[in-house]
This record gives sequence, structure tokens and C-alpha cells, in this order.
Amino acid sequence: MRRFSERLNLTDVIMFIIGALILLLVVVGSAATLYAGKYTTRQWLDLVVFGVALGSIYALIALGYTLVYGILRMINFAHSEVFMAGPFTAYFLADAMGKSGFLDQNLFVGLLIIFAVSMTVSTIVAILLERIAYRPLRFAPRLVPLITAIGASFFLQYFFRGLYGPNIKVYPEIAFLKNVIRIGDLNIQYLQVLVIAAAALMMIGLQIFIQRSRTGKAMRAVAEDKQTAALMGIDIDQIIVITFVIGGALAGAAGVLYALMFKQVNFIMGFIPGIKAFTAAVLGGIGNVPGAMVGGMFLGIIESIGPTLFLDGLNVPAPQQLKDAIAFTLLVLVLIFRPSGILGEKLAQKKA
Amino acid sequence: MAMLEVNDIHSYYGNIHALKGISLTVDKGEIVTLIGANGAGKTTTLKTISGLLHPRHGAIMLEGERIDGLPPHQIVMRGIGQAPEGRKIFGALTVLENLEMGAYARNDTAAIARDLDFVFALFPRLQERRSQLGGTLSGGEQQMLAMGRALMAHPRVLMLDEPSMGLAPVLVEAIFETIRKLNKEGTTILLIEQNAAKALQVASRGYVIETGQIVLQDSAENLRKSEKVRKAYLGEA
Repeated sequence: MRRFSERLNLTDVIMFIIGALILLLVVVGSAATLYAGKYTTRQWLDLVVFGVALGSIYALIALGYTLVYGILRMINFAHSEVFMAGPFTAYFLADAMGKSGFLDQNLFVGLLIIFAVSMTVSTIVAILLERIAYRPLRFAPRLVPLITAIGASFFLQYFFRGLYGPNIKVYPEIAFLKNVIRIGDLNIQYLQVLVIAAAALMMIGLQIFIQRSRTGKAMRAVAEDKQTAALMGIDIDQIIVITFVIGGALAGAAGVLYALMFKQVNFIMGFIPGIKAFTAAVLGGIGNVPGAMVGGMFLGIIESIGPTLFLDGLNVPAPQQLKDAIAFTLLVLVLIFRPSGILGEKLAQKKA
Repeated sequence: MAMLEVNDIHSYYGNIHALKGISLTVDKGEIVTLIGANGAGKTTTLKTISGLLHPRHGAIMLEGERIDGLPPHQIVMRGIGQAPEGRKIFGALTVLENLEMGAYARNDTAAIARDLDFVFALFPRLQERRSQLGGTLSGGEQQMLAMGRALMAHPRVLMLDEPSMGLAPVLVEAIFETIRKLNKEGTTILLIEQNAAKALQVASRGYVIETGQIVLQDSAENLRKSEKVRKAYLGEA
């Protein structure tokens, strides 16, 4: 026991106490809220469904951060602008189709076109970003591409502001997607079904691609050891471009889902979801693909039910305003107790 | 014409002049060994041939075609396979996936399947462990996998960097036996070793490298007899 006490240092103790206090707050708050019984099962389920939908979007964006980090060990802070570029561009098409009535008559085709445009634009932005901003700095010290990423992020924001103007633009309402499926107390909007199903489909597809395809295996090999991968005849540059393409396409799709859910797009729409998705990637364990999915889902659900569940019972006024505080407190907690994230990289495998 | 011809190459790490004019040739069907102490430039020579480093001077020719200056993946496609120093197995990929990565540059499916059978026949252990993660293999098994993976590229020249390093004596025997066997079946091999005694037993010719320069070159038999090699590399008085 003496050894154990010697190894404890002050910082660890303080961190542990902070963590324990927050956990206590969460437990007491949840108990108080549930005891008060102010909310019905139906309301809780609504919050969960909303959280899953939001989490799916975070997960799709988080995959872009985590894939690039896995291959380049670099945080692509301009990814939030890759996410913005697609839906911001596709807005003009969506708006025209909405106004002409085409979208309501041919919903499937219309959505498909919007997705295609948004994913294409986001992918092109991601490719240009890699080619112009990151590739020349591949062998520079790690801080350099990080600063470049932040610079590229601002450049893209103001480039698109110049291109499409500073105003908030509103995506068309699609009447059909407002229909609701009722299963007992569970209410799900068609829109939420679309968001969750589309995200799930893409994530399953990505997982199969990475695990099974020749290119996916090469991506894993490059993530583990670039030099040796090159000795296998793998074109590293090509794999890096493919990684940015996948991240960009997923972000473009996530952007449309986000725009359908929250309606508004503008040139800084990427900032908050981008930071949240980055948080989700760290939560799940940066560099880990299933981790980004788990982290995104986790963050979405906590953000949705957390304020009400943890804070309402403690009589905190306007708990929904504190959802971002909860999200980032969660991040701090995970970093205290599990610095490598929920599904953090397995060290034993990395050493081999 | 030589299979592989390295002509007066100079390589640098930043400002450090690591290779000061290395020349060597490997003929078709030969085993040639490059021996030398730690830090003499053996691995640097291989890195330069495989394109991970680009020489500032000199030329590298594969069957008369210049390959220096090409990126590594194109050099692999032209037929130089390598089992790198320290084995460098992909720990998070299965044994089979590691072998598939070895054949990444090829798309002749039928021939790849034949080579996979060949590798499994050569190292039955790998077949037993085909779906196990590379990182869970023992050192000897990882060396087998590194060699098998290089063979999956069906290389015209196979470069082996310290295949016996860190292995138990009985495994060292097995690895050299395999090298001999591969060579008999027609594989041209450039072998780098610190275990000079073993290397000179399997090779037909050898080069001795010291501080980035070739200081001796001869048939393996003559090198074994040479005073200098016996003193410095074979540990004899």
C-alpha cells in the first residue's frame, strides 16, 4: 500500500476528485429529475431519437477527422469547412427544386441530386485542401500543418462568404419528411429515419470497405507504417488522397442531413458541428474508425438528453442552453479517466 | 547484363554523408551478401535501392533500366521486393492480409494465388496462423511472414535485411535453409547480414562495407579465408 500512495501525485488526486464530483452531480441530478417525474416516457424517447439523429451526423463528420488523423497523424481543422462547402453549394439547387415543386413531387430523385452535388463539392474541397495546403508540408514539423489547417479553415469560410454572400440561407421544408411514425410511445419523424438510416448505411459501407477491400487494407497498412507500406508497392500519396475523398464525401452527406434537420446554412455553419465532431472523434479514440461512430452517437445522445436529465431536477434554469457545456465536460471526463478515448488505439498492436 | 547494378551511389541523411560511393552488382540467380558492422551503411544501401532514400549521385539499374529517383512503390512494381530490417509486420493486419499487401502492386489474380500457395508451402506455420493478427506472432514467425510478404511481390530481386536478427539459433538455421531453397528455385537474392559466417556460407559473392564504402569484394569462399574478414566479422583471432 505504501508504494501505491507514493505513486499518487497531487494532480491525479485533484483530477480524480473533480471527476468524482461531476459524476456525483450527474447521479444526483438524474435521480432528482426522474423522481420529480415532470417528463413522460414519450418526451424522453423524443429526446433519445433526436440525439441518435444528431449523433449520426456527428459520427459522419468525426470519421473525416479520425481517418485523416489515422493516416497523417494530423488534425485537419479545416474539415468543418469541407462539411460546410457541400450543403452551402447544394442549397441553391435545393432552393430552386423546392420552389418549383420538383422536390415534393420527386422527393427521392431530388434528394439524390442534392446529396450528389453536396458530396461532390465537399470532396473537391477536401482534395484541393490536401493537394495545396497539406502535401507540401508532409515532412514539416507537426505544428506547421496544424497552423496551415486553421489558416485554410478561415480561408475557406471567407471564400464561400465571398462566393455566396454572408446571409443565412434556408433549406426548403419538405412536407413528406415531417410525417411521423408512431410505435407506442415512440415517435419518429421520417426525416429522422432518413438521417439515421443514411448515416448507418454509409458507416456500414465504410466499415466493410476498410476491412475487406484491397484499398481499405492498404489504408490500414499505411496508417500503421508508411515506409513499410511503400515497400509493399502501395502508392502512399494515392492512399492519402483516397482518405481525404472518403472524409470529404461523408462530410458532404452529413452536411445535407444537417441542413435538412436544422434548415439553415451559411459560411460559418461548419464551426460548431466541426468542433463537436472533433470532440466525438477524441471521445471514441482518435484514429479509430468504430470509435468515431461510437463517440458521435454518444455525444449526440448525451447532448440531447443530458441537459434535461442531469440539470432539470437540480432546478437549473434553461438547461438546454448548457448542452455545449455538458458536451465538453464529458470530453474532459473521458480524457481524465480514459485518455485514449472509449475505443482508444490498442497499444499492443501498435508496437508490433 | 547484371540483374541489379548499383553504380557509385552517394546517399545523405540531411547533411550526413552516409553512403560514399557504393557500387555492387547482383547477377541473375545469385545470392550476394553485403556484410558490415552496425552503422556501416548496409540498411542505407537497401533504402536507397528501394527508393526510400534518393541518391544524390550515382545510378541504380534493374536489368539495364534506371530505377533511382523513382518512388518506392514503382520500384516494387518493377520487381524489387524487400523484407525490411526489424521485419516491420503490420501488427493490426492478419497474416493473410499482410501477405495480400505483399502482392498489392500486382493484379494477376491466378499467379498471386499460386504464390500464396508457394509461401504457405514454404512456411506451413503461416498457413496455420493465417487469420491471426500479425502483432501476435513470435519473432521467428514474424520473420517468416516478412519473407513471405516480400515473396508475394514475386520479385526479380529479393532483398533481405538482417533476416536472422534476434532469432534463436535453431530458427536462424531454418531461415538460412529457406534462403538457400528459394535461391535454388531461381530467386535472385541480395542478403544483408551481421551474421557474416552464415551469410558467407549461403552466398556466392560478398561485399564488405565500412563507413559507407565498399572495402572488400570477392567470392564468398575467398572472403571466408580473408584475414580481414576473419578478424573483423567472423570473430576469429
